[in-house]
Amino acid sequence: MIKRLFDWLEHRTGHASLLKEALYENIPGGARWRYIWGSTLTFALFVQFVTGVFLWMHYVPGSNNAWESVYYIQNEMMGGWLLRGLHHFTAQAMTVLLLLHLMQVVIDGAYKAPREVNFWFGVVLLMLTLGLSLTGYLLPWDQKGFWATKVATNILGITPIVGPAMQKLVIGGPDYGHHTLTRFFALHAGVLPGAIIALLAGHIYLFRKHGITAKQPLRKPDTAFWPDQVLKDAVACLAVLVVILFFILRYHGPDLGAPADPSEPYSAARPEWYFLFLFQFLKYFPGGTEIWGAIVIPTILMGALIAMPIFGRWKLGHRFNVGFLFALVAGAALLTYLAKNEDSKNADYVVAVKQAEEDAKRVKELAQSPLGIPPAGAVTLLRSDAFTQGPKLFAKNCANCHRYGSGDGMGGKPKGDPSASNLKDFGSREWLTEFLKPENVDNVHFLGATKFKDGKMVKFVKKSVANFSADEKEQLKKVVMAVSAEAHLKLQEGADARDVAAIEEGRKLIATESMRCTECHQFQKKDEDATAPLLTGYGSRDWIVGIINNPKHEKYYGDRNDRMPAFGADKMLDETQIGLIADWLRHDWYEPAQTAAK
Amino acid sequence: MCPAQRDPKSPERRGFFKEALSVLIGGVISLVPVAAGITVFFDPLRRNKAKGGGAIRVASLSALRDIGVPQKFPVISSRVDAWNKYPQTPIGAVYLMKTDDKTIKALNVACPHAGCFVDYNADRNTYLCPCHNSSFALDGTVRDPKSPSPRALDELKVEVRDGEIFVHFQNFRAGVAEKIPEA
Repeated sequence: MIKRLFDWLEHRTGHASLLKEALYENIPGGARWRYIWGSTLTFALFVQFVTGVFLWMHYVPGSNNAWESVYYIQNEMMGGWLLRGLHHFTAQAMTVLLLLHLMQVVIDGAYKAPREVNFWFGVVLLMLTLGLSLTGYLLPWDQKGFWATKVATNILGITPIVGPAMQKLVIGGPDYGHHTLTRFFALHAGVLPGAIIALLAGHIYLFRKHGITAKQPLRKPDTAFWPDQVLKDAVACLAVLVVILFFILRYHGPDLGAPADPSEPYSAARPEWYFLFLFQFLKYFPGGTEIWGAIVIPTILMGALIAMPIFGRWKLGHRFNVGFLFALVAGAALLTYLAKNEDSKNADYVVAVKQAEEDAKRVKELAQSPLGIPPAGAVTLLRSDAFTQGPKLFAKNCANCHRYGSGDGMGGKPKGDPSASNLKDFGSREWLTEFLKPENVDNVHFLGATKFKDGKMVKFVKKSVANFSADEKEQLKKVVMAVSAEAHLKLQEGADARDVAAIEEGRKLIATESMRCTECHQFQKKDEDATAPLLTGYGSRDWIVGIINNPKHEKYYGDRNDRMPAFGADKMLDETQIGLIADWLRHDWYEPAQTAAK
Repeated sequence: MCPAQRDPKSPERRGFFKEALSVLIGGVISLVPVAAGITVFFDPLRRNKAKGGGAIRVASLSALRDIGVPQKFPVISSRVDAWNKYPQTPIGAVYLMKTDDKTIKALNVACPHAGCFVDYNADRNTYLCPCHNSSFALDGTVRDPKSPSPRALDELKVEVRDGEIFVHFQNFRAGVAEKIPEA
């Protein structure tokens, strides 16, 4: 019955004879390991098609959603990290396998007549696959892919005459955006794979037409493709898969950087490792000559590769081809090594990579917070995150004069001495306690480098506080608690709640004869004669925002302001930026539940 | 080494061993990417709607004009769409109607037949589904017995607090006679 059904089908489709023809191809000299590369590549391509289609079902090519959809696949969907991992690492493996396949073909002379056309098919397939890598690198729309691809398309733009127009066509407009993604995605998931299928069909057809290029001398009697060579191929594919799985498990899927942000510099931008040699090569071409490194020389080398079948006809041609390929591979390997080596010695790059990792980790925390990802995209999460932006803004705008601990808030060490107070833990009980110590008040961490070095505050601390009785010292502690409670610091919530009574007492003490705060400062009561910064709300968000906005305001230093610029009033920083600095100084940012519990 | 390989007399057995192994390995390695894809493909089955039924403020009592005249209101609430969280966005709509001075009737606008948005036709004083012509009386019951809808329009629980109307918004499974909340 089944046999009859098969016969019926065979008459109509010829499937059995086709299968037979496919499986029983003759292999002169028997199956060999050196013939496996083509099959491993076909397998890798199969993996890419399958995983690619499933990724496609969950990916959104738009600049507000691309990163977000990849984030969701990677972190929220069941098995998403494995799926993405397979696609990502198989792409890497394909590059290696392509090179091995090419080397085997060239060494065995499989490009020579009558197989020239098939060789050219192969070269085009190689380029299409690299095209897939290039387009695929951008799709997650993270900082890494964004900036690396930007470099690639800018290089395209230096092509004479047509460059700028081509660049616009590729990125779908004058700037990176929605249409860059839709175009790259259509290339990546439609045009290039389609072309690859067509060319691969031709490649395999031509390969079958001319038969395998058997390595001489033949060592064994001829065999058929099935099952001897198939088994070897299958084992090789298995080995490839095992290596891929190893990398996926080791890194728990591929990484996903912070979302692309054109306003956020990214010094860690590098192309995928197999393009590093081109990246390095470009460094040797001074301004104005980069077209040689980026386009002319690579094109000549590609031309030489394409011309191999023609060179091969000459007496020494084959040796030249083999030598040329080895030189090319060795050159690329050397350049890759140089690129890696330079980067590892470049302290700025190492810092940038670390920063990139931190941003990637942070944005994931924010995306998983109860607020989730807003419709405008995850990029806004980092932009409005005090933990991320605070140190950057502080280092850039404040660290010239102020310090944060021993550095600039970013882990850098500004040159020279500070000329204003240290703002680490500003407003906390610890900060105020240290400030009010006679030995501290006029050192560089507090008022020592300001024009208030010999002012009333310093005199008060150095003379009066230094001679405080034990009772007065206790009172001062309560005053510190009271002033610090004005800040409403998140980190001090517990202590403030516990010490309600002492804080209340401290509030009353502020105006007393012995504490003398209100001689210069205002506290809760309006005082026209006040000359020192307001203590009401001292260290609170509003207070800090206000002083950054304008320290010359009468609430703060008025005309007695030292050198501090009015960052807000003079439009050096906007409201959001000032708010981020204030929140960061106050340790007021989102903490995931786990960390907060610590 | 497989014992069959040492036996020169049975090339067929050796061939079979190789064939079986090839098929096995080929099958396993092909299955890996497919299995990874299928796993992700089935992820939606793990996801359920946020528990409905919480009271959502829909309108002020004063917004309802006459007794016995339904009016349509959007239901605004937070919504999660895969990675996006929308704090305030329309998640559906209801018809609210005063049945007397104190009681309000709330009907989900979705037709219980196939989920189309049911229109209120003021001239005929009836609800009419534009898709398959189901018609419903003002109390939500099926009016024309030839209507394809298997049940009355879905009534929702209503509360009035301080002059504001709150509705326990909920969608129900379409196409069945029972009123089964959508999960």
